[in-house]
Amino acid sequence: MTLPPASPAIARAIAAVGVVKHFGSVAANRGATLDVAPREIHALVGENGAGKSTLMRIVSGMFPPDAGTIHVNDRDVTGWTTDAAIAAGVGMVHQHFMLVPTLTVAENIVLGHEPSRRGVFDRARAVKDVEALTERTGLRVDANRRVSSLSVGEAQRVEILRTIFRGARILLLDEPTAVLSPPEIHDLWRILRRLRDDGATVVLITHKLDEVMDVSDMVTVMRQGETIVRTPTRDTTPAALARAMVGREVALAGATAVAVGAAPAAPIPFNPAGTTQNRAISRDATPLSGGVRAVSPSAPTLTVRDLVVPSARNVRAVDGVTFTAIGGEIFGIAGVEGNGQTELIEALAGLRRATSGSIHLGAHDITRDPVRTRVDHGLSHVPEDRHRRGLILEYSIADNLVLGAQHQYSRRGVMDRDRIAANATERVAAFDIRPPDASLPARALSGGNQQKIVIAREMKRNFSVLLAAQPTRGVDVGAIEQIHDRLRAARAEGKAIVLVSAELSEVMALSDRIAVMYGGRFVAVVTRAEATEEILGRYMTGAAGTAGGAT
Amino acid sequence: MSTSATPLPPAASAAPQPPRPVAGQRGMRSALEEALLPPLVALLIALVVGDILILTFGESPRQVYRLLIEGTWGNPYGLGQVLFKATTLIFTGLAVSLGLRAGLFNIGAESQLAAGGFAAAVAGLTLAAGTPAIIAIPLCILAAAAGGAAVGAIPGVLKARFGAHEVIVTIMLNFIVLAFLNWIVAARMAVPETLHTAEMRAGTVPRLADSMGAFHGSAANWTILVALAAAGLVWWYLERTRAGYELRAVGLQPDAAEYGGVRVGGVWIRAMMFAGALAGLGGINQVLGYKHYYEDAFTGGAGFLGIAVALVGRNHPLGVVLAALFFATLSQGGLAIHALVPKQMVEVLQGIVILAVATSVPEVRRLLRESAARGVR
Amino acid sequence: MIVLAFLIQTLRISIPYLFAASGGVIAERAGVVSLTLEGFMLTGAFTATLGAYYSGDPWVGVLCGVAGGLLAGTLHAIASIRYRADQIVVGIAVNLLAVGITRFFLRLFFESSSNSPRIPGFAGEETSGLFAPFADPLVWLGLLAIPAVAFLIGRTPFGLRVRAVGEHPEAATTVGVNVPRVRYAAVILSGVLASLGGVYLALDQHQFTDQMTAGRGFIALAAIIFGRWDPARAGIACLLFAAAESLQIQLQTVQAIPSQFVSMIPYVLTIVALAGVVGRAVPPAALGKAD
Repeated sequence: MTLPPASPAIARAIAAVGVVKHFGSVAANRGATLDVAPREIHALVGENGAGKSTLMRIVSGMFPPDAGTIHVNDRDVTGWTTDAAIAAGVGMVHQHFMLVPTLTVAENIVLGHEPSRRGVFDRARAVKDVEALTERTGLRVDANRRVSSLSVGEAQRVEILRTIFRGARILLLDEPTAVLSPPEIHDLWRILRRLRDDGATVVLITHKLDEVMDVSDMVTVMRQGETIVRTPTRDTTPAALARAMVGREVALAGATAVAVGAAPAAPIPFNPAGTTQNRAISRDATPLSGGVRAVSPSAPTLTVRDLVVPSARNVRAVDGVTFTAIGGEIFGIAGVEGNGQTELIEALAGLRRATSGSIHLGAHDITRDPVRTRVDHGLSHVPEDRHRRGLILEYSIADNLVLGAQHQYSRRGVMDRDRIAANATERVAAFDIRPPDASLPARALSGGNQQKIVIAREMKRNFSVLLAAQPTRGVDVGAIEQIHDRLRAARAEGKAIVLVSAELSEVMALSDRIAVMYGGRFVAVVTRAEATEEILGRYMTGAAGTAGGAT
Repeated sequence: MSTSATPLPPAASAAPQPPRPVAGQRGMRSALEEALLPPLVALLIALVVGDILILTFGESPRQVYRLLIEGTWGNPYGLGQVLFKATTLIFTGLAVSLGLRAGLFNIGAESQLAAGGFAAAVAGLTLAAGTPAIIAIPLCILAAAAGGAAVGAIPGVLKARFGAHEVIVTIMLNFIVLAFLNWIVAARMAVPETLHTAEMRAGTVPRLADSMGAFHGSAANWTILVALAAAGLVWWYLERTRAGYELRAVGLQPDAAEYGGVRVGGVWIRAMMFAGALAGLGGINQVLGYKHYYEDAFTGGAGFLGIAVALVGRNHPLGVVLAALFFATLSQGGLAIHALVPKQMVEVLQGIVILAVATSVPEVRRLLRESAARGVR
Repeated sequence: MIVLAFLIQTLRISIPYLFAASGGVIAERAGVVSLTLEGFMLTGAFTATLGAYYSGDPWVGVLCGVAGGLLAGTLHAIASIRYRADQIVVGIAVNLLAVGITRFFLRLFFESSSNSPRIPGFAGEETSGLFAPFADPLVWLGLLAIPAVAFLIGRTPFGLRVRAVGEHPEAATTVGVNVPRVRYAAVILSGVLASLGGVYLALDQHQFTDQMTAGRGFIALAAIIFGRWDPARAGIACLLFAAAESLQIQLQTVQAIPSQFVSMIPYVLTIVALAGVVGRAVPPAALGKAD
């Protein structure tokens, strides 16, 4: 066992050094470090795929690292199990609640460690223990209520309570605010601070910078599996953190389109405190405001008015969105995931019912039309989850290339195999789908080539409007380039493209106008020329507030 | 401007690459292995269990198996009986497998079969005596399909409309439909002292023995051609038509089907109706081809055995035909070996085969994936 | 008097249902589909007959019946949990196997294809009359089965785990509950309980007859669904279905309603419950899923 030499007197709660973790050919962590002192709230930030969750899972014992060491409370625990982690007081609060909805709060908390008397579950004691715990921690929640009747915020409190009940002194929280409303987030901060003051250590994974500034004592920034910055929160700014998170990626992906806007970010020093000034934030969130090129009246358009779309948890997941995407432009929608983008796109595509508002494709009102009618009116859709929606994995490449257009590739109810084969040959060559054997099942292809099938299919039809949701997610770099080229080419042909991406750099690289979605609304719509990462980042994280709404 | 998708020059990263047929062949081979291994494993296990059962009776397995083959494929009568039993099983096996291809578990083939047989008999009783066969037979066949489809549509509608699970609904419907048919036959239509209707006036199908004397005594009849045609038609429907493309899509990935503009609930209803129609057609073998009347409880578990046939036949029409022949052979073979070992042995073996296929399917898939992963590394 | 006779007959008819439904509730609440109840009952009835016949003691029959249920339950559990086989197919296979095996061994042991010789039961010929059923300890056991299972599921640590495993197995796993182990226990217990239903039938009728359970396992399943997977409600459903049968027997001479329609009642009610016409029956969330 090697004690960290830097601070021999003060034990470190977590010290992860040189952590490397590969999943197949993807490197999730490549030499990541994490240094957490006891009794602090430590924010771990980074973009999607930066390797934050992987690092936390390694610390919590879900899987061992390929290389590197993990120390907890100065003990080498590299490669331990979750059980050992729990025994040592390390508990993870998962992003997706691991609660049994049909059981009560108390039952959920004691599950696995049920108090009992002569073989009978001692419900009274369970309730008493849980109430004592809520008293001590200040996490108020009725022990006798069913979890299914709780709000999201309350359910999360139960998650945290359970982790503490099981003896955790080091709490790892994976994006705890992703599903919380602002007052609930406020409550969570209060709770975390109290836990810290009582001697607990908290590591908080997030990509919302306002949260980092609000609650954390220290912050570590990760990018592409590496640790970029570790700094006391009071010594940094959101702008500096945003630059550290995004790094030079923008310039890389942006090629020509970006040249106008963001100057390439300077190399980020390990402690960038104060290196960047916060720019003025645009208050102009007016939809359809200037900067759009002149459009001929015949160009295809997608017009959305006051659209309200429910989701399973939220009756207004999309809360009154209005915009028009015009032929010849890429209309980008930026935002942290879970702010209504999925529901918006699904409603536009006909996969989810809107409760009010309207959708027009050119002159057609398609608000209530089924999917097929929308397709026939010229709507194409690259769905965000190709494995669930975009492809039938057991179907051949050729059959997948006509999904959604099967009625156009059949005659009197019989599939036209010659035309399907001809289409496949042409598409496979045009989009460089590999291996170029259209009889292979889609399952056999790499993620990038699977996505090429979807793109090739959706860009083949005589579409006028393309909905592209996360078009390059999980796709290798070469394919990303190619997909971006296709989107630009479609724009040049006069198509209207609605692009949703969790990657801010991608939205900025491609879009002519950018809307920022937050809490189900567009909180800002800016032209590409006006957009900077700092501005968009502030809106995305809600830091710019929703006050600057439409004029 | 947007009329034609102008082919773009391939992106810079696209280096020409020779086709790799190897990948295709490997994909085919592993798919074939995945399809064929479970039934083979099941057969082996059944053989072992069969040996044990035979030995408990103090007989020689080799002798029993020889008797089983001789009593079935070894003589024209036995073969005829195998074909007769296989005919119904092809229909019920297709009924179950069509449902499964749409992602629905149709446990209702038993009552759909009964309803089809009943409808065929009613049609034959309603027709005027002397109606030409060319009209009467198709009408009776259609009636059988309609009877089965009516029963099959209920779980389809309940699932599409209310989300009621089709497994429970079809099980419950079996009891309801069979009880109803029992009542209507016993109370209204039975020939006195029996539990069957009067003989049909028209629509009967001749036996094979009528033109091929060797089959004398066996119940095999020309409805087997309808069964084989149905298997071909199901294959064509699934693999060649748009409705089949959509049905399979719903079965594999309902979310992707919905994305592709398919109305999932509509496909469920259609699939269950077709499945019911197929099972209902099974009734023509017994009613048009053999007894010429509807007899209560004539189904005798052929609907449930259809589940085994679909499972062993891996939901492929050709597989279903082969599996139907296999189970028919077992069933007829039970009678042939009865002198040495009780015929109930084959019922044990049927259960063993189903259990073994069910347990080995996920296991074989896992092992194949694992070995494929090892091969890649 | 007629009312009393009706009630006692209802009770007698309900005993196999109560046993099977109480077993099925446990397995289904743990997330394992219980199409096997019929097979468990039949196996229990047969092994009980063997035990009672060769020992001359009904209690040995009970023990053997339980052993049979244990074996059948274990088979179901191994196939469904260890091998993750489709639980519906396993259910059908186990039922077919039960029919085949009992027939085969009926031939082997008793050289008959229809029934066993007479076996001793609890209610001998000397105890006749209206209250004769209450001399049978299995009647009392059957009446206790539902409360016992309600207690087990609702009031014990094991029951809490059963409910957690059937609703959200991942959540149970994260807090250290061994999901397969809980399911094994639940399914094997369901085999034992359901087999007692078969034991009661065989000992009550003093013999085993081919397919003597006659669909009772499915009526029990219907009761579970109609009772929305709640033990007490499932028990009430069992009594309700038994009352309908009893009424039909009482009215046999009147011929008011054909018996076939009375026999449909449980199944029709179950479909109605599933379709949600009067309050939707929602199964445990993880029911039938391998993981």
